[in-house]
Amino acid sequence: MWASLSRIAALVRKELLGILKDPRSRYSFLLPPILQCLIFGYAATYDLNNVPYAVLDQDHSAASRELVGRMDGTGVFHRVANLVRAEDIANVINDKSALLVIHFGQDFERNLLLGKQADVELIADGRNSNTAAIATGYVGAIVDGFNADWQSDHGLSAPPIRVTMRSWYNPWLETRWTMIPSLIGTITLIQTMMFAAMSVAREREQGTFDQLLVTPLRPFEIMIGKALPAMLIGLVQATTILLVAELWFRIPFQGSLLTLYPGLILFVLAAVGIGLFVSSISRTMQQAMLYAFVLIMPFALLSGLTTPIANMPEVFQYFTLINPLRYAITITQRVYLEGIGIGRLLPYLWPMALIATFTLSAATWMFRNRVQ
Amino acid sequence: MDGVQASARRVIALVRKESFQIIRDPSSMIIGVAMPLLLILLFGYALSLDVKNVPVAVVLENPSPAASELAAGFRLSPYFSATIITSMVEAEELMLERKVDGIVRLRPDFARQLAAGNAAIQIVVYGGDANRARTIEAYAQGAVAEWAAHQVEGGQSVAGGPVNVVSRLWFNEANDSHYYLVPGLIVMVMTLIGAFLTTMVMAREWERGTLEALFVTPVHASEILLGKTLPYFAMGMLGLAFVILAARFLFGVPLRGSLIVLAGSSMLYLLVALGVGLLISSAVKSQLIASQLTMLVTYLPALMLSGFIFDLRSVPTAVYVIASAFPARYFVSIMQTVFLAGDIWSIILPNAAVLAAMVVVLLVSSVRATRKKIA
Repeated sequence: MWASLSRIAALVRKELLGILKDPRSRYSFLLPPILQCLIFGYAATYDLNNVPYAVLDQDHSAASRELVGRMDGTGVFHRVANLVRAEDIANVINDKSALLVIHFGQDFERNLLLGKQADVELIADGRNSNTAAIATGYVGAIVDGFNADWQSDHGLSAPPIRVTMRSWYNPWLETRWTMIPSLIGTITLIQTMMFAAMSVAREREQGTFDQLLVTPLRPFEIMIGKALPAMLIGLVQATTILLVAELWFRIPFQGSLLTLYPGLILFVLAAVGIGLFVSSISRTMQQAMLYAFVLIMPFALLSGLTTPIANMPEVFQYFTLINPLRYAITITQRVYLEGIGIGRLLPYLWPMALIATFTLSAATWMFRNRVQ
Repeated sequence: MDGVQASARRVIALVRKESFQIIRDPSSMIIGVAMPLLLILLFGYALSLDVKNVPVAVVLENPSPAASELAAGFRLSPYFSATIITSMVEAEELMLERKVDGIVRLRPDFARQLAAGNAAIQIVVYGGDANRARTIEAYAQGAVAEWAAHQVEGGQSVAGGPVNVVSRLWFNEANDSHYYLVPGLIVMVMTLIGAFLTTMVMAREWERGTLEALFVTPVHASEILLGKTLPYFAMGMLGLAFVILAARFLFGVPLRGSLIVLAGSSMLYLLVALGVGLLISSAVKSQLIASQLTMLVTYLPALMLSGFIFDLRSVPTAVYVIASAFPARYFVSIMQTVFLAGDIWSIILPNAAVLAAMVVVLLVSSVRATRKKIA
């Protein structure tokens, strides 16, 4: 038992030295996560704060000016042009100088005063339909505000209903609050899986794996010795991103670290397990990396990070069940933003334990049975 | 003249050798062929930002005809899959178990308030996924507005208030998310094949020292690079062909610009990607670090900093400057325009010019980086 432990410790030491003695690889494990977290923290937002738009006002009325004034007043919309002819719309949209064009027809105010429905035409650049839909939503909110004021100013009965909106766990619905806790899992997955995948493949490619096999180390000891350093790196990275989220982006951490870390440890274990399994079936580093990448891609896209899992066709939803990132993102979001307890976390923990057990045993078996 | 012929012969020999290597190594074929197909499958069928069948709990604490009608509105709406329950406590529990994404609450005295012209509806959404939450809010408001329009019969109020917004989405009238995903898909495929594969191949040659072995042959540095990159260039174009065919025949995305502009700008981007791959591998010469670095400077920026998903106009200036240093945003801009809007030169030319400049800089410096090693 002791002998086994000391053999594992020796291998872990050797692995860690291998990483830490090269300054380039030292940085390559800390700097990228921090940079990615910062850049994506700022870039990954659906909240628009600069929407260039143009106005085609054929009404020239107080009402149309009032509505345009409200748009300018938001600070989000920036008027780039006042168009005179309908033909000009294509010019400003096509060359992307405006994302939206708001068009008031000649009888806009007249309809309003007559109590008829007054239409405003809104033309949006649909090349990025997601951005266009968000910007259109903003205009809708401005028009709602205008409508409410118009109705009360002109003694019209407002709709008999008042809707109050509340959003739990993310009161201002900031994309960043969703995104950054999810990055803890995403960035860690990419790096640890890659690292684990390369670790055995590198020894194979350089021929040192055969040497490792003739040492007294048994296959499961090799597996543990390879898994622990990778896990350590993963946990350090996850912690780094957690710190950036809390200290730099100031997203309030609602949960407890004692709840979060068991989840993170299991997740990193599952990621390392998949990585080592990939490593055990590849002959070269290039193969290992490409196989790892072929897995990382669907893991990242089918994790709920970019699009909700509930929207996916059923086949893909089944695939997400073996995706450790899916569980990691749910855990980090729910512990970070909701602060849920460990009891509610169990349904996400055991699948990852299962993934880790399966992949690590398979990797160990491959170590033993694939000597070349 | 003789020199040119000899040079061409050497390049052809290298291309042959590299092509055999690609065909015999299953992992290169996976990136070149299986990966584009996998991406087409995922982007085409798995990813969808459309919100439908959102599970919501409608809390009817005291059913009345008006309240039941509102609940029925949620039940019949294609956007929601509503469960009617009678207590808020129960609804909150469903939310905590993540069984529902939203709660629509009508208070016990809803009918009385409504008669008094002052009824309140409370909508609670799960904010963990902010984007989805916002869409759910908008749809819920729409459902309530529709119901409210029914309630006010012959009254002065009109459905959405006096001013009605008629919005039109140019280039994508039906708001089909494939229109939005295909340009991004092309960028992903080209980045993967161009930068990723080249980096790995070249880094391996550096790491194993086989590139030095090549240097002692009469082959010139630029010939080595040409011989190495031509097969991957061909692979990239094959990947592009796959995506264009899928876009056209599987997803029905129109190509409103010309195929020549599409192919030409894709070649430019592919060259940029190859250049980045060559430069990274000659700079670090280690497969492990090269792979990490490529991931960091090509794949992730292509996904996050290209304007494909997130609008670059709204990011802070520093991030905008960083995004502008990566080629992906110029290519995404061209792709979105060529596919959906047409050959709009005021977009295509400036972006293509930036890409062309990047090609020149990258290729010149990678030839230099390779030559330096000989000395």
